[in-house]
Amino acid sequence: MIILTDTIILAVETSCDETAVAIVKNGTEVLAEVVASQISTHEKFGGVVPEVASRKHLELINISVEEALDQANLTFSEITHFAVTYGPGLVGALLVGVATAKAMAFAAQKPLIGVHHIEGHVYANFLTHNDIEFPVVCLIVSGGHTTLVEITDYGKYKFLGQTRDDAAGEAFDKVARALGLGYPGGPKIEECARAGNSTATKLPRAWLEEGSYDFSFSGLKSAVLNYLNKQEMKKEAIDINDLAASFQAAVIEVLSEKTLRAAKEAQVKTVLLAGGVAANKALREDLADRCSKQGIRLVCPPIEYCTDNAAMIGCAAHYKALRGEFVGLNLNAVPNLKFGSSS
Amino acid sequence: MIILSIDSATPVAGVALIDNNKILAENFLNTGNTHSEKLLPLIKQTLEGAKLELKNIDGIAVSIGPGSFTGLRIGLATAKALSQVTGIKLVAIPTLDALAQNLAGIDQLVCPILNARKGEVYTALYHSNGMELVRQSEYTALSPFALCSQLKDLKKPVTFLGDGVFEYKEIIASQLGGQAHWAPLHQLLPRAASLAVLGLKELEQGKTENIFTLKPFYLRKSEAEIKWEAGRCRR
Ligand SMILES: [Zn+2]
Repeated sequence: MIILTDTIILAVETSCDETAVAIVKNGTEVLAEVVASQISTHEKFGGVVPEVASRKHLELINISVEEALDQANLTFSEITHFAVTYGPGLVGALLVGVATAKAMAFAAQKPLIGVHHIEGHVYANFLTHNDIEFPVVCLIVSGGHTTLVEITDYGKYKFLGQTRDDAAGEAFDKVARALGLGYPGGPKIEECARAGNSTATKLPRAWLEEGSYDFSFSGLKSAVLNYLNKQEMKKEAIDINDLAASFQAAVIEVLSEKTLRAAKEAQVKTVLLAGGVAANKALREDLADRCSKQGIRLVCPPIEYCTDNAAMIGCAAHYKALRGEFVGLNLNAVPNLKFGSSS
Repeated sequence: MIILSIDSATPVAGVALIDNNKILAENFLNTGNTHSEKLLPLIKQTLEGAKLELKNIDGIAVSIGPGSFTGLRIGLATAKALSQVTGIKLVAIPTLDALAQNLAGIDQLVCPILNARKGEVYTALYHSNGMELVRQSEYTALSPFALCSQLKDLKKPVTFLGDGVFEYKEIIASQLGGQAHWAPLHQLLPRAASLAVLGLKELEQGKTENIFTLKPFYLRKSEAEIKWEAGRCRR
Protein backbone atom coordinates (compact mmCIF):
# COMPACT_ATOMS: atom_id res chain seq x y z
CA MET A 1 0.00 0.00 0.00
CA ILE A 2 1.45 3.29 -1.10
CA ILE A 3 0.89 6.18 1.23
CA LEU A 4 0.20 9.17 -0.90
CA THR A 5 1.01 12.70 -0.09
CA ASP A 6 0.03 15.71 -2.17
CA THR A 7 0.89 15.75 -5.82
CA ILE A 8 2.20 19.03 -7.20
CA ILE A 9 2.52 18.43 -10.93
CA LEU A 10 4.22 20.71 -13.41
CA ALA A 11 2.51 20.00 -16.73
CA VAL A 12 3.60 20.99 -20.22
CA GLU A 13 1.39 21.06 -23.31
CA THR A 14 2.78 21.94 -26.76
CA SER A 15 0.77 19.76 -29.14
CA CYS A 16 -0.41 22.54 -31.44
CA ASP A 17 -0.18 26.33 -31.31
CA GLU A 18 -0.37 27.06 -27.57
CA THR A 19 2.70 26.85 -25.37
CA ALA A 20 1.08 25.97 -22.06
CA VAL A 21 2.49 25.26 -18.62
CA ALA A 22 0.52 24.69 -15.44
CA ILE A 23 1.15 23.59 -11.90
CA VAL A 24 -1.72 21.53 -10.48
CA LYS A 25 -2.06 20.31 -6.91
CA ASN A 26 -3.94 17.05 -6.29
CA GLY A 27 -5.68 17.17 -9.65
CA THR A 28 -8.01 20.04 -8.85
CA GLU A 29 -6.09 23.01 -7.52
CA VAL A 30 -4.51 25.10 -10.29
CA LEU A 31 -1.57 26.81 -8.59
CA ALA A 32 -0.28 28.35 -11.80
CA GLU A 33 -1.37 28.60 -15.38
CA VAL A 34 0.47 30.06 -18.34
CA VAL A 35 -0.83 29.86 -21.90
CA ALA A 36 1.28 31.62 -24.51
CA SER A 37 -0.87 31.64 -27.62
CA GLN A 38 0.71 31.73 -31.07
CA ILE A 39 -2.48 32.71 -32.88
CA SER A 40 -1.12 36.09 -33.94
CA THR A 41 2.02 34.40 -35.31
CA HIS A 42 0.05 31.97 -37.48
CA GLU A 43 -2.71 34.34 -38.55
CA LYS A 44 -0.80 35.65 -41.56
CA PHE A 45 -0.36 32.08 -42.86
CA GLY A 46 -4.09 31.32 -42.52
CA GLY A 47 -3.48 28.35 -40.24
CA VAL A 48 -0.96 26.69 -37.97
CA VAL A 49 2.37 26.16 -39.72
CA PRO A 50 4.12 23.21 -38.02
CA GLU A 51 7.70 24.47 -38.44
CA VAL A 52 6.78 27.95 -37.26
CA ALA A 53 4.88 26.51 -34.27
CA SER A 54 7.82 24.31 -33.29
CA ARG A 55 10.20 27.27 -33.39
CA LYS A 56 7.84 29.38 -31.33
CA HIS A 57 7.36 26.67 -28.69
CA LEU A 58 11.11 26.48 -28.11
CA GLU A 59 11.26 30.26 -27.68
CA LEU A 60 8.38 30.33 -25.21
CA ILE A 61 8.68 27.16 -23.17
CA ASN A 62 11.35 28.05 -20.63
CA ILE A 63 9.96 31.47 -19.82
CA SER A 64 6.50 29.91 -19.46
CA VAL A 65 7.85 27.40 -16.94
CA GLU A 66 9.56 30.21 -15.05
CA GLU A 67 6.35 32.26 -14.98
CA ALA A 68 4.38 29.27 -13.71
CA LEU A 69 6.83 28.68 -10.86
CA ASP A 70 6.65 32.40 -10.03
CA GLN A 71 2.85 32.37 -10.01
CA ALA A 72 2.76 29.35 -7.71
CA ASN A 73 5.64 30.70 -5.66
CA LEU A 74 7.39 27.35 -5.92
CA THR A 75 10.83 26.08 -6.86
CA PHE A 76 11.61 22.99 -8.94
CA SER A 77 12.41 21.04 -5.78
CA GLU A 78 8.81 21.37 -4.60
CA ILE A 79 7.39 19.85 -7.78
CA THR A 80 6.48 16.19 -7.16
CA HIS A 81 5.99 15.09 -10.77
CA PHE A 82 6.46 16.39 -14.29
CA ALA A 83 3.83 15.72 -16.95
CA VAL A 84 3.73 16.27 -20.68
CA THR A 85 1.43 15.77 -23.65
CA TYR A 86 3.18 13.26 -25.93
CA GLY A 87 0.48 12.98 -28.61
CA PRO A 88 -1.48 13.34 -30.73
CA GLY A 89 -0.48 16.61 -32.34
CA LEU A 90 2.16 18.20 -34.53
CA VAL A 91 5.29 16.11 -34.12
CA GLY A 92 7.77 19.00 -34.08
CA ALA A 93 5.63 20.90 -31.60
CA LEU A 94 5.17 17.89 -29.32
CA LEU A 95 8.91 17.19 -29.38
CA VAL A 96 9.74 20.55 -27.77
CA GLY A 97 7.43 19.83 -24.83
CA VAL A 98 8.54 16.23 -24.51
CA ALA A 99 12.28 17.05 -24.60
CA THR A 100 11.79 19.87 -22.11
CA ALA A 101 9.67 17.90 -19.65
CA LYS A 102 11.94 14.88 -19.79
CA ALA A 103 15.07 16.92 -19.14
CA MET A 104 13.36 18.78 -16.29
CA ALA A 105 12.20 15.53 -14.67
CA PHE A 106 15.70 14.08 -15.04
CA ALA A 107 17.40 17.17 -13.63
CA ALA A 108 14.92 17.49 -10.76
CA GLN A 109 15.01 13.70 -10.18
CA LYS A 110 11.23 13.39 -10.20
CA PRO A 111 8.91 10.97 -12.01
CA LEU A 112 7.61 11.79 -15.46
CA ILE A 113 4.06 11.20 -16.71
CA GLY A 114 3.07 11.09 -20.38
CA VAL A 115 -0.48 12.25 -21.09
CA HIS A 116 -2.67 11.72 -24.15
CA HIS A 117 -3.85 15.13 -25.32
CA ILE A 118 -7.47 14.03 -25.71
CA GLU A 119 -7.47 12.35 -22.32
CA GLY A 120 -6.32 15.72 -21.03
CA HIS A 121 -9.38 17.37 -22.58
CA VAL A 122 -11.62 14.83 -20.82
CA TYR A 123 -9.93 15.61 -17.50
CA ALA A 124 -10.65 19.33 -17.88
CA ASN A 125 -13.99 18.23 -16.41
CA PHE A 126 -12.42 16.57 -13.37
CA LEU A 127 -10.10 19.54 -12.92
CA THR A 128 -13.08 21.82 -12.40
CA HIS A 129 -15.64 19.43 -10.86
CA ASN A 130 -14.79 17.18 -7.92
CA ASP A 131 -18.24 15.58 -7.67
CA ILE A 132 -18.50 13.63 -10.93
CA GLU A 133 -19.90 10.14 -10.37
CA PHE A 134 -19.04 7.26 -12.72
CA PRO A 135 -20.16 5.95 -15.09
CA VAL A 136 -20.44 8.87 -17.48
CA VAL A 137 -20.72 9.32 -21.21
CA CYS A 138 -18.29 11.87 -22.64
CA LEU A 139 -18.49 13.63 -25.99
CA ILE A 140 -15.04 14.75 -27.11
CA VAL A 141 -15.09 17.30 -29.92
CA SER A 142 -11.97 19.02 -31.16
CA GLY A 143 -10.06 19.89 -34.30
CA GLY A 144 -8.74 16.35 -34.52
CA HIS A 145 -11.33 14.26 -32.69
CA THR A 146 -15.02 13.54 -32.50
CA THR A 147 -15.39 10.68 -30.09
CA LEU A 148 -18.12 9.26 -27.87
CA VAL A 149 -16.86 7.28 -24.94
CA GLU A 150 -18.28 5.76 -21.80
CA ILE A 151 -16.01 6.24 -18.79
CA THR A 152 -16.53 3.75 -15.98
CA ASP A 153 -13.70 4.92 -13.73
CA TYR A 154 -10.56 7.10 -13.87
CA GLY A 155 -8.64 5.92 -16.91
CA LYS A 156 -11.23 3.26 -17.87
CA TYR A 157 -12.79 3.90 -21.28
CA LYS A 158 -15.32 2.09 -23.40
CA PHE A 159 -15.23 3.57 -26.88
CA LEU A 160 -18.65 3.94 -28.46
CA GLY A 161 -17.98 5.82 -31.66
CA GLN A 162 -15.80 8.28 -33.50
CA THR A 163 -15.64 10.24 -36.72
CA ARG A 164 -15.02 8.31 -39.90
CA ASP A 165 -13.65 11.31 -41.78
CA ASP A 166 -13.34 14.93 -40.66
CA ALA A 167 -13.47 15.82 -36.99
CA ALA A 168 -16.15 18.34 -36.03
CA GLY A 169 -13.57 21.07 -35.38
CA GLU A 170 -11.89 20.33 -38.69
CA ALA A 171 -15.24 20.78 -40.46
CA PHE A 172 -15.68 24.13 -38.70
CA ASP A 173 -12.21 25.23 -39.83
CA LYS A 174 -12.69 24.12 -43.43
CA VAL A 175 -16.11 25.73 -43.74
CA ALA A 176 -14.80 28.92 -42.11
CA ARG A 177 -12.04 29.03 -44.71
CA ALA A 178 -14.53 28.49 -47.53
CA LEU A 179 -16.65 31.34 -46.17
CA GLY A 180 -13.57 33.54 -46.01
CA LEU A 181 -13.78 33.84 -42.24
CA GLY A 182 -10.15 32.94 -41.63
CA TYR A 183 -8.42 31.20 -38.76
CA PRO A 184 -9.26 29.99 -36.15
CA GLY A 185 -12.51 28.91 -37.78
CA GLY A 186 -14.63 27.66 -34.88
CA PRO A 187 -15.16 30.91 -32.98
CA LYS A 188 -15.70 32.84 -36.25
CA ILE A 189 -18.48 30.47 -37.41
CA GLU A 190 -20.09 30.68 -33.99
CA GLU A 191 -20.00 34.46 -34.09
CA CYS A 192 -21.61 34.63 -37.56
CA ALA A 193 -24.14 31.92 -36.67
CA ARG A 194 -25.41 34.00 -33.78
CA ALA A 195 -26.64 36.60 -36.29
CA GLY A 196 -28.01 34.04 -38.75
CA ASN A 197 -31.05 31.85 -39.29
CA SER A 198 -30.22 28.18 -38.74
CA THR A 199 -33.08 26.94 -40.94
CA ALA A 200 -32.23 29.19 -43.89
CA THR A 201 -30.18 26.61 -45.82
CA LYS A 202 -31.13 22.92 -45.93
CA LEU A 203 -28.05 20.87 -45.10
CA PRO A 204 -27.72 17.10 -44.62
CA ARG A 205 -27.25 15.23 -41.34
CA ALA A 206 -25.17 12.06 -41.50
CA TRP A 207 -26.77 9.61 -39.07
CA LEU A 208 -24.95 6.59 -40.55
CA GLU A 209 -26.28 3.08 -39.87
CA GLU A 210 -29.04 2.49 -37.38
CA GLY A 211 -27.62 2.52 -33.86
CA SER A 212 -24.14 3.72 -34.89
CA TYR A 213 -22.33 6.15 -32.62
CA ASP A 214 -19.87 7.05 -35.34
CA PHE A 215 -19.84 10.47 -36.96
CA SER A 216 -19.17 11.81 -40.43
CA PHE A 217 -18.87 15.47 -41.33
CA SER A 218 -17.20 15.43 -44.75
CA GLY A 219 -20.57 15.13 -46.52
CA LEU A 220 -21.87 18.16 -44.67
CA LYS A 221 -18.72 20.10 -45.49
CA SER A 222 -19.09 19.18 -49.19
CA ALA A 223 -22.74 20.24 -49.11
CA VAL A 224 -21.70 23.69 -47.87
CA LEU A 225 -19.02 23.96 -50.57
CA ASN A 226 -21.49 22.83 -53.27
CA TYR A 227 -24.04 25.36 -52.07
CA LEU A 228 -21.42 28.11 -52.26
CA ASN A 229 -20.48 27.10 -55.81
CA LYS A 230 -24.08 26.93 -56.94
CA GLN A 231 -24.92 30.36 -55.55
CA GLU A 232 -21.83 31.77 -57.18
CA MET A 233 -22.74 30.31 -60.57
CA LYS A 234 -26.24 31.69 -60.28
CA LYS A 235 -24.62 34.96 -59.22
CA GLU A 236 -26.84 34.98 -56.18
CA ALA A 237 -25.82 36.60 -52.92
CA ILE A 238 -24.72 34.38 -50.04
CA ASP A 239 -25.81 35.21 -46.53
CA ILE A 240 -22.73 34.17 -44.58
CA ASN A 241 -24.53 34.39 -41.25
CA ASP A 242 -27.42 32.18 -42.36
CA LEU A 243 -25.06 29.62 -43.88
CA ALA A 244 -22.86 29.56 -40.78
CA ALA A 245 -25.93 29.11 -38.58
CA SER A 246 -27.33 26.31 -40.77
CA PHE A 247 -23.97 24.53 -40.84
CA GLN A 248 -23.47 24.84 -37.10
CA ALA A 249 -26.99 23.57 -36.39
CA ALA A 250 -26.39 20.52 -38.59
CA VAL A 251 -23.19 19.64 -36.70
CA ILE A 252 -24.74 20.19 -33.29
CA GLU A 253 -27.90 18.23 -33.98
CA VAL A 254 -25.95 15.05 -34.79
CA LEU A 255 -23.51 15.50 -31.90
CA SER A 256 -26.23 16.10 -29.30
CA GLU A 257 -28.65 13.48 -30.56
CA LYS A 258 -26.04 10.70 -30.56
CA THR A 259 -24.64 11.74 -27.19
CA LEU A 260 -28.06 11.59 -25.54
CA ARG A 261 -28.84 8.26 -27.18
CA ALA A 262 -25.55 6.86 -25.85
CA ALA A 263 -26.27 8.22 -22.37
CA LYS A 264 -29.72 6.62 -22.34
CA GLU A 265 -28.45 3.30 -23.63
CA ALA A 266 -25.58 3.20 -21.10
CA GLN A 267 -28.00 4.37 -18.41
CA VAL A 268 -25.62 7.02 -17.09
CA LYS A 269 -26.75 9.99 -15.05
CA THR A 270 -23.98 12.31 -16.21
CA VAL A 271 -22.75 13.52 -19.58
CA LEU A 272 -19.38 15.23 -19.98
CA LEU A 273 -18.39 17.53 -22.80
CA ALA A 274 -14.72 17.94 -23.71
CA GLY A 275 -12.39 19.31 -26.38
CA GLY A 276 -11.86 22.61 -28.13
CA VAL A 277 -15.30 22.61 -29.76
CA ALA A 278 -16.82 22.28 -26.26
CA ALA A 279 -16.24 26.04 -26.09
CA ASN A 280 -19.04 26.46 -28.64
CA LYS A 281 -21.93 28.02 -26.71
CA ALA A 282 -24.63 26.80 -29.07
CA LEU A 283 -23.43 23.21 -28.57
CA ARG A 284 -23.39 23.63 -24.79
CA GLU A 285 -26.89 25.12 -24.78
CA ASP A 286 -28.33 22.43 -27.04
CA LEU A 287 -26.79 19.63 -24.96
CA ALA A 288 -27.87 21.28 -21.70
CA ASP A 289 -31.41 21.53 -23.03
CA ARG A 290 -31.61 17.90 -24.11
CA CYS A 291 -29.93 16.66 -20.91
CA SER A 292 -32.25 18.56 -18.59
CA LYS A 293 -35.26 17.11 -20.42
CA GLN A 294 -33.93 13.62 -19.65
CA GLY A 295 -32.93 14.39 -16.07
CA ILE A 296 -29.25 13.95 -16.96
CA ARG A 297 -26.54 16.13 -15.49
CA LEU A 298 -24.34 17.88 -18.07
CA VAL A 299 -20.82 18.78 -16.99
CA CYS A 300 -18.71 21.11 -19.16
CA PRO A 301 -15.35 22.62 -18.39
CA PRO A 302 -15.34 26.41 -18.17
CA ILE A 303 -14.57 27.92 -21.58
CA GLU A 304 -10.94 28.66 -20.69
CA TYR A 305 -10.33 24.93 -20.04
CA CYS A 306 -11.97 23.80 -23.28
CA THR A 307 -9.20 25.13 -25.46
CA ASP A 308 -5.71 23.67 -25.15
CA ASN A 309 -4.18 24.21 -21.72
CA ALA A 310 -1.75 22.45 -19.44
CA ALA A 311 -3.92 22.38 -16.30
CA MET A 312 -6.03 19.60 -17.83
CA ILE A 313 -2.82 17.67 -18.53
CA GLY A 314 -1.78 18.16 -14.90
CA CYS A 315 -5.17 16.83 -13.76
CA ALA A 316 -5.00 13.72 -15.97
CA ALA A 317 -1.42 13.20 -14.77
CA HIS A 318 -2.56 13.29 -11.14
CA TYR A 319 -4.72 10.21 -11.63
CA LYS A 320 -1.92 8.51 -13.56
CA ALA A 321 0.44 9.29 -10.69
CA LEU A 322 -2.01 7.68 -8.26
CA ARG A 323 -1.97 4.57 -10.45
CA GLY A 324 1.83 4.65 -10.71
CA GLU A 325 1.78 5.10 -14.49
CA PHE A 326 5.13 6.69 -15.20
CA VAL A 327 7.23 6.86 -18.37
CA GLY A 328 10.96 6.60 -19.04
CA LEU A 329 13.46 9.12 -20.36
CA ASN A 330 13.09 7.53 -23.80
CA LEU A 331 9.54 8.88 -24.13
CA ASN A 332 8.96 9.97 -27.71
CA ALA A 333 6.35 12.23 -29.27
CA VAL A 334 3.64 10.21 -31.04
CA PRO A 335 1.89 12.52 -33.52
CA ASN A 336 -0.92 10.08 -34.34
CA LEU A 337 -1.30 8.59 -30.87
CA LYS A 338 -4.60 6.70 -30.81
CA PHE A 339 -7.39 7.30 -28.37
CA GLY A 340 -10.00 4.84 -29.35
CA SER A 341 -10.86 1.22 -29.79
CA SER A 342 -7.27 0.24 -30.46
CA SER A 343 -5.76 1.71 -27.30
CA MET B 1 35.96 22.81 -14.92
CA ILE B 2 33.68 20.00 -16.08
CA ILE B 3 31.70 20.44 -19.28
CA LEU B 4 28.81 18.32 -20.51
CA SER B 5 28.37 18.62 -24.27
CA ILE B 6 25.16 17.77 -26.13
CA ASP B 7 24.88 17.43 -29.89
CA SER B 8 21.85 16.32 -31.90
CA ALA B 9 22.23 18.73 -34.82
CA THR B 10 22.74 15.99 -37.42
CA PRO B 11 21.78 12.29 -37.55
CA VAL B 12 24.55 11.77 -34.97
CA ALA B 13 23.67 11.99 -31.28
CA GLY B 14 26.70 12.83 -29.19
CA VAL B 15 27.33 13.46 -25.51
CA ALA B 16 30.71 14.03 -23.87
CA LEU B 17 32.15 15.04 -20.53
CA ILE B 18 35.47 16.79 -20.31
CA ASP B 19 37.41 18.05 -17.32
CA ASN B 20 39.77 20.75 -18.56
CA ASN B 21 42.29 18.82 -20.64
CA LYS B 22 40.85 15.41 -20.00
CA ILE B 23 38.05 13.72 -21.89
CA LEU B 24 36.20 11.80 -19.17
CA ALA B 25 33.54 10.19 -21.34
CA GLU B 26 32.22 10.34 -24.85
CA ASN B 27 29.21 8.66 -26.40
CA PHE B 28 28.46 8.70 -30.10
CA LEU B 29 25.39 7.19 -31.75
CA ASN B 30 25.08 7.26 -35.50
CA THR B 31 21.91 5.27 -35.78
CA GLY B 32 19.64 7.79 -37.45
CA ASN B 33 17.29 10.49 -36.31
CA THR B 34 15.82 9.09 -33.12
CA HIS B 35 17.22 11.80 -30.89
CA SER B 36 13.96 12.23 -29.02
CA GLU B 37 14.24 8.69 -27.67
CA LYS B 38 17.99 8.42 -27.36
CA LEU B 39 19.50 11.76 -26.38
CA LEU B 40 18.45 12.03 -22.74
CA PRO B 41 19.18 8.33 -21.95
CA LEU B 42 22.59 8.93 -23.57
CA ILE B 43 23.21 11.90 -21.28
CA LYS B 44 22.22 9.84 -18.24
CA GLN B 45 24.43 6.97 -19.34
CA THR B 46 27.41 9.26 -19.98
CA LEU B 47 27.11 10.84 -16.54
CA GLU B 48 26.76 7.45 -14.86
CA GLY B 49 29.72 6.10 -16.81
CA ALA B 50 31.88 8.93 -15.50
CA LYS B 51 30.38 8.53 -12.01
CA LEU B 52 29.17 12.12 -12.11
CA GLU B 53 25.90 13.83 -11.41
CA LEU B 54 24.52 17.02 -12.88
CA LYS B 55 25.48 18.86 -9.72
CA ASN B 56 29.16 18.21 -10.54
CA ILE B 57 28.86 19.91 -13.93
CA ASP B 58 30.09 23.49 -14.41
CA GLY B 59 28.76 24.09 -17.89
CA ILE B 60 26.67 22.61 -20.67
CA ALA B 61 27.75 23.10 -24.29
CA VAL B 62 25.11 22.60 -26.94
CA SER B 63 25.47 22.40 -30.70
CA ILE B 64 23.34 25.32 -31.86
CA GLY B 65 23.22 24.84 -35.63
CA PRO B 66 22.90 24.90 -38.51
CA GLY B 67 21.58 21.37 -38.87
CA SER B 68 18.34 19.44 -38.81
CA PHE B 69 15.63 21.78 -37.48
CA THR B 70 14.08 19.07 -35.34
CA GLY B 71 17.43 17.76 -34.14
CA LEU B 72 18.52 21.25 -33.10
CA ARG B 73 15.31 21.77 -31.15
CA ILE B 74 15.60 18.47 -29.28
CA GLY B 75 19.18 19.27 -28.30
CA LEU B 76 18.49 22.84 -27.29
CA ALA B 77 15.22 22.04 -25.45
CA THR B 78 17.09 19.38 -23.49
CA ALA B 79 20.06 21.61 -22.72
CA LYS B 80 17.89 24.59 -21.73
CA ALA B 81 15.71 22.50 -19.42
CA LEU B 82 18.74 20.93 -17.71
CA SER B 83 20.19 24.41 -17.25
CA GLN B 84 16.93 25.90 -16.02
CA VAL B 85 16.41 23.30 -13.28
CA THR B 86 20.01 23.07 -12.10
CA GLY B 87 21.32 26.57 -12.79
CA ILE B 88 24.25 25.14 -14.77
CA LYS B 89 25.61 27.66 -17.24
CA LEU B 90 24.87 27.11 -20.90
CA VAL B 91 27.12 27.88 -23.87
CA ALA B 92 26.10 27.57 -27.51
CA ILE B 93 28.60 26.41 -30.14
CA PRO B 94 28.01 26.64 -33.90
CA THR B 95 27.71 23.10 -35.26
CA LEU B 96 30.18 23.76 -38.09
CA ASP B 97 32.80 25.11 -35.66
CA ALA B 98 32.51 21.98 -33.53
CA LEU B 99 32.75 19.75 -36.59
CA ALA B 100 35.81 21.57 -37.98
CA GLN B 101 37.40 21.22 -34.55
CA ASN B 102 37.77 17.48 -35.31
CA LEU B 103 40.62 18.52 -37.62
CA ALA B 104 42.14 21.29 -35.50
CA GLY B 105 45.89 21.35 -35.96
CA ILE B 106 46.08 20.25 -39.57
CA ASP B 107 47.89 22.72 -41.76
CA GLN B 108 45.21 22.99 -44.44
CA LEU B 109 41.92 24.63 -45.15
CA VAL B 110 39.13 22.75 -43.42
CA CYS B 111 35.66 22.71 -44.94
CA PRO B 112 32.87 21.06 -42.96
CA ILE B 113 29.83 20.26 -45.08
CA LEU B 114 26.53 19.14 -43.59
CA ASN B 115 23.73 17.72 -45.68
CA ALA B 116 21.21 20.56 -45.81
CA ARG B 117 18.75 18.82 -48.17
CA LYS B 118 17.42 20.65 -51.26
CA GLY B 119 20.74 19.89 -52.97
CA GLU B 120 22.70 22.11 -50.62
CA VAL B 121 25.19 21.88 -47.79
CA TYR B 122 25.61 23.98 -44.68
CA THR B 123 29.22 25.06 -44.71
CA ALA B 124 31.94 27.51 -43.71
CA LEU B 125 35.68 27.56 -44.38
CA TYR B 126 38.32 27.33 -41.63
CA HIS B 127 42.07 27.75 -41.53
CA SER B 128 44.45 26.71 -38.81
CA ASN B 129 46.72 29.38 -37.33
CA GLY B 130 48.87 26.70 -35.75
CA MET B 131 46.95 26.53 -32.48
CA GLU B 132 43.31 26.78 -33.37
CA LEU B 133 40.96 26.96 -36.29
CA VAL B 134 39.91 30.38 -37.50
CA ARG B 135 36.77 30.71 -39.55
CA GLN B 136 37.40 32.35 -42.93
CA SER B 137 33.86 32.69 -44.28
CA GLU B 138 30.24 33.19 -43.25
CA TYR B 139 28.06 30.22 -42.33
CA THR B 140 26.00 29.52 -45.39
CA ALA B 141 23.87 27.03 -47.29
CA LEU B 142 24.78 26.48 -50.92
CA SER B 143 25.08 23.82 -53.59
CA PRO B 144 28.30 21.77 -53.73
CA PHE B 145 28.92 23.19 -57.22
CA ALA B 146 28.76 26.77 -55.95
CA LEU B 147 31.02 25.86 -53.04
CA CYS B 148 33.57 24.19 -55.32
CA SER B 149 33.71 27.14 -57.69
CA GLN B 150 34.57 29.40 -54.73
CA LEU B 151 37.20 26.99 -53.41
CA LYS B 152 38.78 26.46 -56.83
CA ASP B 153 39.87 30.11 -56.91
CA LEU B 154 41.80 29.66 -53.65
CA LYS B 155 44.10 27.12 -55.36
CA LYS B 156 44.93 25.52 -52.00
CA PRO B 157 44.24 22.03 -50.70
CA VAL B 158 40.98 21.73 -48.76
CA THR B 159 40.00 18.91 -46.40
CA PHE B 160 36.31 18.12 -46.27
CA LEU B 161 34.39 16.50 -43.46
CA GLY B 162 30.80 16.10 -42.35
CA ASP B 163 27.87 14.00 -43.57
CA GLY B 164 27.77 16.06 -46.77
CA VAL B 165 30.84 14.06 -47.84
CA PHE B 166 28.74 10.89 -48.12
CA GLU B 167 26.31 12.70 -50.39
CA TYR B 168 28.60 14.89 -52.51
CA LYS B 169 32.08 13.33 -52.53
CA GLU B 170 31.92 12.47 -56.21
CA ILE B 171 30.70 15.89 -57.27
CA ILE B 172 33.37 17.65 -55.20
CA ALA B 173 36.12 15.32 -56.45
CA SER B 174 35.07 15.94 -60.05
CA GLN B 175 35.09 19.71 -59.54
CA LEU B 176 38.26 20.11 -57.44
CA GLY B 177 40.35 17.07 -58.39
CA GLY B 178 43.54 16.81 -56.30
CA GLN B 179 42.67 19.97 -54.38
CA ALA B 180 40.07 18.02 -52.36
CA HIS B 181 41.06 15.87 -49.39
CA TRP B 182 38.89 13.89 -47.01
CA ALA B 183 38.92 13.52 -43.26
CA PRO B 184 39.50 9.97 -42.04
CA LEU B 185 36.36 8.07 -41.08
CA HIS B 186 36.77 8.49 -37.31
CA GLN B 187 36.94 12.28 -37.69
CA LEU B 188 34.33 12.64 -40.40
CA LEU B 189 31.21 13.26 -38.29
CA PRO B 190 30.45 15.60 -35.36
CA ARG B 191 32.09 14.50 -32.13
CA ALA B 192 30.78 15.66 -28.80
CA ALA B 193 34.32 15.84 -27.44
CA SER B 194 35.21 18.49 -30.05
CA LEU B 195 32.09 20.38 -29.05
CA ALA B 196 33.06 20.16 -25.39
CA VAL B 197 36.56 21.50 -26.10
CA LEU B 198 35.08 24.62 -27.72
CA GLY B 199 32.45 24.84 -24.99
CA LEU B 200 35.11 24.89 -22.32
CA LYS B 201 36.91 27.71 -24.11
CA GLU B 202 33.70 29.77 -24.32
CA LEU B 203 32.91 29.15 -20.69
CA GLU B 204 36.39 30.18 -19.60
CA GLN B 205 35.79 33.44 -21.45
CA GLY B 206 32.48 33.85 -19.62
CA LYS B 207 30.38 33.69 -22.77
CA THR B 208 27.25 32.12 -21.30
CA GLU B 209 23.81 32.22 -22.88
CA ASN B 210 20.44 33.36 -21.56
CA ILE B 211 18.20 30.29 -21.76
CA PHE B 212 15.09 32.46 -22.10
CA THR B 213 16.27 34.09 -25.32
CA LEU B 214 18.58 31.49 -26.86
CA LYS B 215 17.32 30.08 -30.16
CA PRO B 216 18.79 27.53 -32.56
CA PHE B 217 20.90 28.95 -35.38
CA TYR B 218 18.60 27.63 -38.11
CA LEU B 219 20.35 29.59 -40.89
CA ARG B 220 17.25 29.00 -43.02
CA LYS B 221 13.78 30.39 -42.61
CA SER B 222 10.85 28.00 -42.51
CA GLU B 223 9.30 27.08 -45.86
CA ALA B 224 6.08 28.90 -44.91
CA GLU B 225 7.91 32.14 -44.13
CA ILE B 226 9.86 31.98 -47.39
CA LYS B 227 6.64 31.47 -49.36
CA TRP B 228 4.78 34.14 -47.44
CA GLU B 229 7.53 36.68 -48.04
CA ALA B 230 7.71 35.74 -51.73
CA GLY B 231 3.94 36.26 -51.95
CA ARG B 232 4.26 39.66 -50.34
CA CYS B 233 6.89 40.77 -52.84
CA ARG B 234 4.66 39.82 -55.76
CA ARG B 235 1.68 41.73 -54.44
ZN1 LIG C 1 -6.83 20.09 -27.94
